[in-house]
Amino acid sequence: MSDPLIVILFATAVTAGTPLLYAALGEIFTERSGVLNLGVEGMMLVGAVVGYIATLQSQNHWIGVFAAMAAGGLMALIHAVLSITLRANQVVSGLALTIFGTGLSSYMGKSFVGQPVPDQFKPIDIPVLSQLPYIGKIFFSHDALVYLSFVIVAAAWVFIFYTRWGLNLRAVGENPAAADSMGIPVYLTRYSSVIIGGVLAGVGGAYLSLAYAPSWIEHMTAGRGWIAVALVIFAVWHPGKALVGSYIFGGVDSLGFRIQALGEKASFLKDISPFFLQMFPYILTMIVLILITAETKKRRVGTPASLGIPYDREER
Amino acid sequence: MKKFFVVLTLLIFATVALTGCGGGDKTATSDAGNEQEKFKVAFIYVGPVGDAGWTYAHDKGRQYLEKEIPNVKTTFVESVPENMADAERVLEQLVQEGNKVIFATSFGYMDAVIKVAKRHPDVIFMHCSGYKTEKNAGTYFGRDYQARYLAGIVAGKNSKSGDLGYVAAMPIPEVIRGINAYTLGARSVNPNATVKVVWTNTWFDPAKEKEAGKSLIEQGVDVMAQHQDTPGPVQAAADAGKLALGYNSDMRNFAPDAVLTGPVWNWGPYYVEVVKSVMDNTWTNEQYWGPLKDGIIDLGPYGPMVTKDVKDLVASKRQEIIDGRLEVFNGPLKDNAGKERVPAGKVMTDKEMLEFNWFVEGVIGEIPKK
Repeated sequence: MSDPLIVILFATAVTAGTPLLYAALGEIFTERSGVLNLGVEGMMLVGAVVGYIATLQSQNHWIGVFAAMAAGGLMALIHAVLSITLRANQVVSGLALTIFGTGLSSYMGKSFVGQPVPDQFKPIDIPVLSQLPYIGKIFFSHDALVYLSFVIVAAAWVFIFYTRWGLNLRAVGENPAAADSMGIPVYLTRYSSVIIGGVLAGVGGAYLSLAYAPSWIEHMTAGRGWIAVALVIFAVWHPGKALVGSYIFGGVDSLGFRIQALGEKASFLKDISPFFLQMFPYILTMIVLILITAETKKRRVGTPASLGIPYDREER
Repeated sequence: MKKFFVVLTLLIFATVALTGCGGGDKTATSDAGNEQEKFKVAFIYVGPVGDAGWTYAHDKGRQYLEKEIPNVKTTFVESVPENMADAERVLEQLVQEGNKVIFATSFGYMDAVIKVAKRHPDVIFMHCSGYKTEKNAGTYFGRDYQARYLAGIVAGKNSKSGDLGYVAAMPIPEVIRGINAYTLGARSVNPNATVKVVWTNTWFDPAKEKEAGKSLIEQGVDVMAQHQDTPGPVQAAADAGKLALGYNSDMRNFAPDAVLTGPVWNWGPYYVEVVKSVMDNTWTNEQYWGPLKDGIIDLGPYGPMVTKDVKDLVASKRQEIIDGRLEVFNGPLKDNAGKERVPAGKVMTDKEMLEFNWFVEGVIGEIPKK
């Protein structure tokens, strides 16, 4: 309470943004390989419920996270088989995955509703770093999953832009036929990227059910999977920008509550409608969409050219 | 292309099958032997029976009904969307299955209930929290503000700073009435107490509700109350080592060190009464708004930190409300801008309470303009 409001706001933005960040990072991998997966919401929900159930059974939150990763990966595998091997329409398959995941998670979680999580993620202050003024409180007084997300952002950044595998991944997303003729395994690359996307979405879901609001409640992601899909566009398929974007998207929501709670002290902000704040991330996304529409700009910012197009070796 | 359609069809089947089991309208009947002779009663719910909140409370009422009147056989349909097409279809189906009384437990079913009721005058319909009636359709709800007042007393007694917080879902009269009653209860034991309100604009988003709770705690609130369907705000209070009040059902197991008590619904006795009256042909299409006296709404079990003094005080106030010696919205009442709204010696009418659109003195917050 002694911290200045701005510090609290930023610190909240980090925790609120973390589930979005995991899901968006996963979707960046998926889309970089040329596959659009709109099933993020469904994969998050299944990750959330499986992580929760596994933690209840094992009394260990890390086992919960691993179970959530496996569950998210399996969900993504469905999408991969449909859209890569069977070349089904990616939009339809992704939407179906979301509906499927919503139903599946409700079904699985039914008998567990109302039970508290025995082993929750608790904030850990990182020695030295958490003592830094402002920055310490904002970035280094969270739970382990938040720190893990920092590591994954850095790793994804290096992987996508500075390794041969990353180059292959981008090549597959740009022009799978050319990549194939260069000997890059297109199907394998796409399969693994889609599954990584599901694994990370699963962690994003587990973050909600094990760390952020520890419990299982039907449909608890409440649309965060869709925000993550928008976030990928906002971040122009870049892990670093996804980090910034997820904190903006996450922070805007809680800003609304802070304005209300401050009351008189924030009277100059009072006229901002909470509904405006809720749509603000999407306005930003639309602006980014408009900005990257021109073909030349698309090249520069890295929209995968073959995004959404199934690859058929025979039709090469 | 052919393959694509085969896959799509399979996928749709799988999806329908699984959502059907999960959130869809899977009817569950409690098994009983000689069905023909039993009196059939059905319930439709807006959420899953395991939501730990609103629907859970109604389902406990259904189970109570079946236990109390052995000759009754109940059916329920959960997670029925609040739109005409779905609600009407489910209601119609329940009529065809031979149910004699149907309880529709969410506001959004109102028009569907009236429509189906007109078609089947021999079936009795009861709609929760609505305002439209038919010859064979009545409404029912509970005076939850009376329990909110008692919860306010518990909060006022347990708060050190007198700064109370309230995470509220939607700016509708039902919620506003609860906030006002809570504030009056708290101020009856601590005249300086204030209640800070934050709106979430959602009934059901644990992460958001928790975030709203945290924002209140940052402003120095030490007891949290809520009008939400998830334990998010309770968890926010527990994380910060503060106290909280639950809602709908007993929320103590989410935060044993934080939950003082909370208003809890108990629909069972009323369901028994309605079904009995239909069986004896004494049923009328009344608009029932059940008071504390009927036990339809009450305070839940106390947490270990509530002292005997507080429990005794609440018990005596509760008795006063039941006996009609204490009215929650009794004049003089000022709004939170200082304007007198209810003059001394006057008690608010039911109609006024059902249209509540202002905060009483002591509430800090605004009702968003439409």
